[in-house]
Amino acid sequence: MTATAPPVPPLDDKPDGQGGDERLLRVSPLRALLGRPELGAVVGALAVFLFFSVVADSFLRASSFGTVLYAASTIGIMAVPVALLMIGGEFDLSAGVMVTSSALVSSMFSYQMTANVWVGVGVSLLVTLALGAFNGVMLTRTKLPSFIITLGTFLMLTGLNLGLTKLISGTVSTKTIADMEGFPSARKLFASQLTLGDVELKVTILWWAALVALATWILLRTRFGNWIFAVGGNAEAARAVGVPVTRTRIGLYMGVAFCAWVAGQHLLFSFDVVQSGEGVGNELIYIIAAVIGGCLITGGYGSAIGSAVGAFIFGMTSKGIVYAEWNPDWFKFFLGAMLLLATLLNAWVRKRAEATR
Amino acid sequence: MTADGGAADGALVELDRVSKYYGNVRALEGVSLEVRAGGISCVLGDNGAGKSTLIKIIAGLHRHDAGDFLIEGEKTVLTSPREALDRGIATVYQDLAVVPLMPVWRNFFLGSEPTRGRGPLKRLDVALMRETTRTALLRMGIDLRDVDQPIGTLSGGERQCVAIARAVHFGAKVLVLDEPTAALGVKQSGVVLKYVAAARDAGLGVVLITHNPHHAFLVGDRFVLLKRGTMAGSHTRDSITLDELTRQMAGGSELEELSHELERASTDTA
Repeated sequence: MTATAPPVPPLDDKPDGQGGDERLLRVSPLRALLGRPELGAVVGALAVFLFFSVVADSFLRASSFGTVLYAASTIGIMAVPVALLMIGGEFDLSAGVMVTSSALVSSMFSYQMTANVWVGVGVSLLVTLALGAFNGVMLTRTKLPSFIITLGTFLMLTGLNLGLTKLISGTVSTKTIADMEGFPSARKLFASQLTLGDVELKVTILWWAALVALATWILLRTRFGNWIFAVGGNAEAARAVGVPVTRTRIGLYMGVAFCAWVAGQHLLFSFDVVQSGEGVGNELIYIIAAVIGGCLITGGYGSAIGSAVGAFIFGMTSKGIVYAEWNPDWFKFFLGAMLLLATLLNAWVRKRAEATR
Repeated sequence: MTADGGAADGALVELDRVSKYYGNVRALEGVSLEVRAGGISCVLGDNGAGKSTLIKIIAGLHRHDAGDFLIEGEKTVLTSPREALDRGIATVYQDLAVVPLMPVWRNFFLGSEPTRGRGPLKRLDVALMRETTRTALLRMGIDLRDVDQPIGTLSGGERQCVAIARAVHFGAKVLVLDEPTAALGVKQSGVVLKYVAAARDAGLGVVLITHNPHHAFLVGDRFVLLKRGTMAGSHTRDSITLDELTRQMAGGSELEELSHELERASTDTA
């Protein structure tokens, strides 16, 4: 910083400025792998798999595989949009009860109006999307933290679920709609079973796989995906270059709502009646699956596939404990330990992968 | 006070005695500035002189309260950063220019991503984005190791350069740089100034905000000095020397006083 600084700096500030490629060392496949957000979750999944393969004899049976996948899919369907939302830098604590709300609306509308259940399913989709839009609009309008906004929605929905169900049905659960028109076909779409060899696969597994594929496509190959990363990574910078930050956030909340609708319809059509108090606490499991899957809790980093691996760990743990004939009370302990380990591993991996020399 | 207050034919952006008040705070009063294609106008001032306010008016984040803001000779009131961008004014902020965890090429096209295909298959043209990023940076003389690395792993100077190259690539006519060299070392500052000059040579008008008269004098054509929200001087390059610019910038007589004080202090302790 002297007054006699050279008028124009030399064109090449680095001794090997014109080559470029020789500065770039070959990235070993291992190192490239370390750069993936879902690596920690994959390692964790392998560890859990090996663990239960050893301690639970029936864990490795083909039929167990179907059960584990089903448990994973019910969480995974919601973990996908929750992961996208987290990459976008926000939470949704109302996701768990929103599933129940969606099922309740569908069931009660069809029953009270004695309409074809598909009408109820359609109305439920609109109502649930409106709930998601409400979360998104409240967040972007008030600029309050999403934690507070969705905590509010969570509590209100919990109350509404119980209150309205009692008011309309007289009890805490809905009336059966199994004998109503359209039920068989809706059941086929949301709660049927496919048999592959001697493995029974629920249709939710297909929904889950489709949603993971769709979310991955959106994240990595569309403008909206680029915006999700940007909004979560640095919202102000994104706004400054013209990214529609508000629309992106509202879209993410409506994505959560859409998946809550899918999960809710599965709940309704596989059990036929819906308990209005269900779903509380699930929102945390979705978030856990996303975090185990490598999503950065502060936003801007993560993947949809990671959330699927996180949900798969959840499925293996919850069913593995049953197959090992342990007391299921231990499940939460395992989940908590898994969350801590995976998060530590993710943090360590990310630091290694992003270190510059 | 002003060197050229009158009709500015050919000025891309012109501020004519612009003022801005925040409640009863006078942030900016009667400041004039002119930016021409292929020219670099430097705005110098100490902390709190009103540099940021000036930037925010040009970038469309704030509206001015008095005076005229002309873009290519047309009186304008900008209402949003998007509008400023559409009118060809790109602003590169010191700290919030990029999204650190995203790869360089995603950052480069953020907000203006090219797509191919249509309907549900409409997707990012990733190959084009990577290639364009590389060539656009090369054209500015920036030779990047790897466009796939997160932009947060680049040095501060490199990040500024990518942001400048982005503005040039997307056809900005006016480039506003908010203290691009403030947090950089001597060498890195030189690199950034080189790209500022490259942007000028590409035909852009540049507004360079800085508190370093040396950097300003290296590349600037016009110099506007701000002091406590008012204009303390406006000079063209041939009407002022670096020493004079430094003296005015540092507060002139205040600096002399300070040097006397410091001198006395050092002789006292000796």
